[in-house]
Amino acid sequence: MEQGFFLIFAVGAVAAALGVVLARNPIHSAVALMACFINISAIFVMLQAPLLAVIQIFVYVGAILVLFLFVTMMLDIRDASLRRFLPGSNFAALGLVALLGIEMLVLVMMGQRFPKTVAGTTTGGEIRELGTTLFADYLLPFEVASVILLVALIGAIVLAQKEPR
Amino acid sequence: MVPLSWYIVLGVILFVIGAAGVLIRRNVLVVLMSLELLLNSVNINFIAFAHFHDDFRGRIFAIFIIAITAAEVAIALGILVALVRNKATLKVDEITIMRG
Repeated sequence: MEQGFFLIFAVGAVAAALGVVLARNPIHSAVALMACFINISAIFVMLQAPLLAVIQIFVYVGAILVLFLFVTMMLDIRDASLRRFLPGSNFAALGLVALLGIEMLVLVMMGQRFPKTVAGTTTGGEIRELGTTLFADYLLPFEVASVILLVALIGAIVLAQKEPR
Repeated sequence: MVPLSWYIVLGVILFVIGAAGVLIRRNVLVVLMSLELLLNSVNINFIAFAHFHDDFRGRIFAIFIIAITAAEVAIALGILVALVRNKATLKVDEITIMRG
């Protein structure tokens, strides 16, 4: 049952990811990316991280993809998009990526140390423990992340301004 | 019960697809979207390991990755808007202002 759900969401995510890379129109890519993110958030729910699934949908689908769609429509560059891929032979890059993938798959398959079952039982109180860990043990990274977000906010505003000429 | 290796294999497949997109696509926007795909595949790994080892640190790292991704996308799209204002193209191989 659980494996069936996992396979459904995994196949959906992989198909949507292929759609992102292969689509001709960037808008179609963005919509495929949205489908991929929703499938991945379903997988987060299966991993008993419902908070992260919700954050995934809020941040990725709600903010990042809307930003992508806005920019895609705002830039409005009508390249004929006859060529989706870089000119020249991409065999080297594709071969390298395929090699990387095969290597990682072999390592995962050969690996004997991956647990088959869950170590403990994380039932309930997930958000409370997460918050305690985040604000007690990871306070400094949290503050750094907030500063980074602030810098990114200011930087995006400065970058998108019209240059005074 | 889904074994951990399935999740890792899913992460590997998504990572490879995203890396291929970053390397061979010609449109800058699609390259950025493929980058999102890469970060998300890493997130799957973090959360899967966190679940199977009953450790919260993986989830914390996933939250940080999501935050950094938001910052990255905001900056990248700002740079893109500034770039297109100077040179009206989105093709990766035509953006050669810095002689790269």
